[in-house]
Amino acid sequence: MEGKKRPQTMAQKILAAHCGKEYVEEGQIINAEVDLVLGNDITMPLAIKEFKKTGAGKVFDRDRVVIVPDHFTPNKDIKSALQCKVIREFAHEYGISNYFEVGRMGIEHALLPELGLVGPGDLIIGADSHTCTYGALGSASTGVGSTDVAVAMATGKLWFMVPKTVRFIYEGSLGPWISGKDLILYTIGLIGVDGALYKSMEFTGPVIKRLSMDSRLTMSNMAIEAGGKFGIIETDDITLEYLKPRYKGEYRIFHSDIDAPFEKEYRIDCSSLKLQVAMPHLPSNTAEAGQLKDIKIDQVVIGSCTNGRIEDLKMAAGILKGRKVHSRVRVIVIPATQGIYLDALKQGLLEIFIEAGCAVSTPTCGPCLGGHMGVLAEGERSVSTTNRNFVGRMGHPKSEVYLSGPAVAAASAIAGRIAVPGEVI
Amino acid sequence: MIIKEKVIKYGENVDTDVIIPARYLNTSAEDELASHCFEDLDENFREKVKGHRVIVAGHNFGCGSSREHAPLSIKASGIKAIIAKSFARIFFRNAINIGLPVLVSPEAADFIKDGDELEIDLDKGKISDITGGRVFDIPPLPDFIQKIIDSGGYIKFTSMNIKKT
Ligand code: SF4
Repeated sequence: MEGKKRPQTMAQKILAAHCGKEYVEEGQIINAEVDLVLGNDITMPLAIKEFKKTGAGKVFDRDRVVIVPDHFTPNKDIKSALQCKVIREFAHEYGISNYFEVGRMGIEHALLPELGLVGPGDLIIGADSHTCTYGALGSASTGVGSTDVAVAMATGKLWFMVPKTVRFIYEGSLGPWISGKDLILYTIGLIGVDGALYKSMEFTGPVIKRLSMDSRLTMSNMAIEAGGKFGIIETDDITLEYLKPRYKGEYRIFHSDIDAPFEKEYRIDCSSLKLQVAMPHLPSNTAEAGQLKDIKIDQVVIGSCTNGRIEDLKMAAGILKGRKVHSRVRVIVIPATQGIYLDALKQGLLEIFIEAGCAVSTPTCGPCLGGHMGVLAEGERSVSTTNRNFVGRMGHPKSEVYLSGPAVAAASAIAGRIAVPGEVI
Repeated sequence: MIIKEKVIKYGENVDTDVIIPARYLNTSAEDELASHCFEDLDENFREKVKGHRVIVAGHNFGCGSSREHAPLSIKASGIKAIIAKSFARIFFRNAINIGLPVLVSPEAADFIKDGDELEIDLDKGKISDITGGRVFDIPPLPDFIQKIIDSGGYIKFTSMNIKKT
């Protein structure tokens, strides 16, 4: 092997680069330097408590810690207000430059890419499971716990196990209304909620090469729903165009070697792919939306870190324009960040939503985790563009969540039952 | 360390939303979290945990969110260890980081029944099902992880290293 480098996956290369090595082995445990550490109003108070116990005195880099109060904000009750106060005061006391207050914030996983805080080749951790979202920008990015964040804030380092990689190659072309959400729901349905446990998922193929950045972010976002550690997409021209106006960091562009040790490869022909829905109570419980026409609904949520971006809102507005929400349905539209909110306003989307009879909210996680702004009662059913449909996820343990992309959500809002756009436009 | 306790058995894919529902995450007070642990999955958990302090479950235990409140609420409820066929990644590291023993053994998780009495020897890596009369070996953890556990969790491990430098 003298002189010839051992082939590696993108995940291996990024991790190796962060622990000063040329090569890391799958399964190996490494202590690596992280580029960015993220926490929110639920996980950060606990991380702060643990951080103080380390005796570090200061954070490793005040520009590399990001704190976003997004889950229960604007503060839903006194206890949430107290949690938010803890993180706000910490941010102030420790000089955290990336703290985003209500009015300037957004759901963390929509906000960080938008502001250019994450980019190719970065190693990012966040005390939030959907931190895997930034894999769409060619980074290795993953969710961890509060103690991990505490240690990383104190030392700038964290332990990682180098994951194996499973590759998903999407071929063919996408039919009308099909978006990244349908691709990822279909994939999770195919491999199951632990189908990529501990693994790096790498999304590639001609369909991905043509896929918009917003749809890519949706796909990487839900890697965790298959148990994945990373949800990586190679950096290409679409990524670079997205990054150009925003990302100030160093571009470290990695590609998996052709002969890298992929554990498994799936080839998915997308030409016949239909709009997808994940039925209660697992994201892997997928079906074609067109086959669920008898399912009546009470609520529709369009938003979250999965589908609260401008492309999603445009798609939903395209269907709702000039139409009315069904009389027994309430629709809650939540642009994921202030930036997206403003964009939607300028593009006239908010007007379309309001005229159709939707409630439009300031950015928040809100109903996605059954926090506030659209909690379900016993026996109620929601179609939602969010990412989890576990028991009790959006409210009462006997309520139900059907996960979909924005097209099915908007069509269902009009029909009062699960529907596809062709039925209402 | 030896753990001698009876078993509460659950199924596959036990997720963090049923371990501790998000509606209670507006606090990080351990006792309060414990008082709602598993309430959407098993309304008798609070009663059971008085006499049964090991959880045995199927694949992908702890899947879903990164909330450390999940292993914390389990630990604060008095549970001494969890045995599963497999664990979700973030839950697994959270449990290790806070010093809650998590043991992977598909064979043991299949064999052990609800209510069985177990003796777990963490140092030797053995699970004995006293009721069922079988012993299972657990593979040793990687060195680095064992060091975290031996130090009493990731925070203690880190603060010891910070003091050294
Ligand atoms: S929108 Fe939902 S999934 Fe995303 S960070 Fe918020 S609670 Fe988590």
